[in-house]
Amino acid sequence: MFTYNVKLAIKSMRRNPMMTALMVSAIAVGIGISMTTLSVYYMMNGNPIPDKSDELFAVTLDSWNPLRPFDDDRPERAPHQLTYQDAERLVELAAGKRQAAMFESSLIIEPASAEEMPFEATARVTTGDFFAMFKVPFIYGDGWDKSVDANAEAMVVLTRQLNERLFGGEDSVGRWVTMNSTRFQVAGVINTWEPTPRFYDPINGGFQEVNEMFIPFSLTRVLELDSIGSDWGWKAEEITSFEQWLNSEASWIQYFVEIDGARDEYIDHLNAYVGEQKKLGRFERPMNNNIYSVMEWMDYHEVVANDSRVLLGLSFLFLVVCLLSTISLLLTKFVGKKSETSLRRALGASRKIIFRQQLVEVALIGFAGGLIGLLLTSLGLKGIQSVYESPAGLVSLDWVIMSAAISVAIISSMIAGLYPAWRVCQVPPATQLKAQ
Amino acid sequence: MLQMTDIQKIYRTELVETHALREMSLTVAEGEFVAVTGPSGSGKTTFLNIAGLLESFEHGTFMLDGEDVSHLSDDDRSVYRNQKIGFIFQSFNLIPDLDLFENVDVPLRYRRLGASERKRRIENALETVGLASRMKHLPAQLSGGQQQRVAIARALAGEPRMLLADEPTGNLDSSMAGQVMELLEDIHANGTTIVMVTHDPVLADRADRNIHLIDGRVSEHSMAYPKEVIPLAVRA
Repeated sequence: MFTYNVKLAIKSMRRNPMMTALMVSAIAVGIGISMTTLSVYYMMNGNPIPDKSDELFAVTLDSWNPLRPFDDDRPERAPHQLTYQDAERLVELAAGKRQAAMFESSLIIEPASAEEMPFEATARVTTGDFFAMFKVPFIYGDGWDKSVDANAEAMVVLTRQLNERLFGGEDSVGRWVTMNSTRFQVAGVINTWEPTPRFYDPINGGFQEVNEMFIPFSLTRVLELDSIGSDWGWKAEEITSFEQWLNSEASWIQYFVEIDGARDEYIDHLNAYVGEQKKLGRFERPMNNNIYSVMEWMDYHEVVANDSRVLLGLSFLFLVVCLLSTISLLLTKFVGKKSETSLRRALGASRKIIFRQQLVEVALIGFAGGLIGLLLTSLGLKGIQSVYESPAGLVSLDWVIMSAAISVAIISSMIAGLYPAWRVCQVPPATQLKAQ
Repeated sequence: MLQMTDIQKIYRTELVETHALREMSLTVAEGEFVAVTGPSGSGKTTFLNIAGLLESFEHGTFMLDGEDVSHLSDDDRSVYRNQKIGFIFQSFNLIPDLDLFENVDVPLRYRRLGASERKRRIENALETVGLASRMKHLPAQLSGGQQQRVAIARALAGEPRMLLADEPTGNLDSSMAGQVMELLEDIHANGTTIVMVTHDPVLADRADRNIHLIDGRVSEHSMAYPKEVIPLAVRA
């Protein structure tokens, strides 16, 4: 009976192609707009590292001003970043399974060829655990080990793009790059890696691109690397040297830890550390140290802005408007089918059978609308990508969105078709037969 | 086959009540060919709609094929219509974008018959009305007489116990009307009960019995019952 209903639905759609085209278009536009918005929202809101997001935690320590909280509106919050001295010390204590202290910097690369001009590239200055913690994929080599961190060796991990520029895409492991007048040896080259959002550093932009290279955190002191990210301070300190800057109360280091034990145990470890620091006259505020899982960290920083949620709601309201138009068109269409319905009822079709037949037709219209809507979604995402120059990964159409688009199109069309289908079922079998 | 007793049907609007049938009683025996005549507004079509379970009624009882069908649910009425009754309408009522095969197939689809059984019945029915060679044609490609023959084939394919025909020759010229009437007579000869509403006295005379309706009642001058089943009360 289903295939019979599909056949009848196709005939019915062909009978009035203009009206069918209008209904399909209404659904397609509604789906196109709502799915474009949903795609962006879904990718902004997605879990960037689903298999480890509950093992990775951002660390905050409340080293802020004893007289007022870091955030007046949310006094329970500690600064989002650590001071250099605390980050360095926590790395040394190594209480977690892995730990990554990090900040963004930039270096001047001096290409080997004299014909090419020096250029600036951004770097993530971090510890060697970063790569294993965040499951960074490599095409050549690997990250660096703890001895490199301990000895502040000049090693570098390049992104695929920078390796392409410097070495033509060849396996460059072991080769040398001169940056800020220092020779760095290439430890590895990472493959394309675009965690969305960039969960490990939402402070400096959840949707920024990955830095072009990675260098050891311990080089900060040696090369006097400046941060190009945000930093906060509360204490009036006299800073006349880089060493004073490193030992200041300014917060500018992001810190992540990977733990496989209980969350509370690690917080106890932080409290113990802060307790020691209190004895030294630091951390004058009440004990307020915390850790946040990846998704908690995304919420904390409102990576998905409320505006996006409002926009998503509005786009689905637009879909509802499109569906209301479809209901109106369906009512008109089904009124035109009264004679045939009356005949089918006379020949033995029950109301249920007629109802199912209409719903199959509506579902088919929804399916067609969904397919065209997907095409519009794809165009919409390409438009967003080109206008905002977003990373390709942020605005791509994946199978989840595709199946959601088709499902939403079919289900919403069927919901829209319920009332018109019910109306057509109420046609008495006798009324139209004489009139034909 | 069909027994109606004191059937009353009233159409109501906000302003007016119209008594379409007034305590009408009649019986049609199995295998009979009955013509129902009467002036416009006498209740012929209402009677046929009730006989075909297309409409309900306010009062009275209706026995069809030995079963009381006065209070059936809408779903059960659909099943009865599909399995026991064949309809032939004045304006043919074929679905324009279905070919002849598909048109005849419509009532069979609702009976959940297998594809091969449906095919057999459709081919036989179209063969009976002489249109087997045109089963892939659309209704618009046929003459009026041929379209009515397709409608008859559609009614026959269900192998109904009773055929209800509402002015089956009303839209046809006399030559085509004659052909359709001959076809109905052939079907009757094979044992199918036929109730035909008509304005045409010549066609009515070709039936076994003529029931004349006036103002929603069976006229005193017509026979509401077959001779062999006239109830004692009426005989007296």
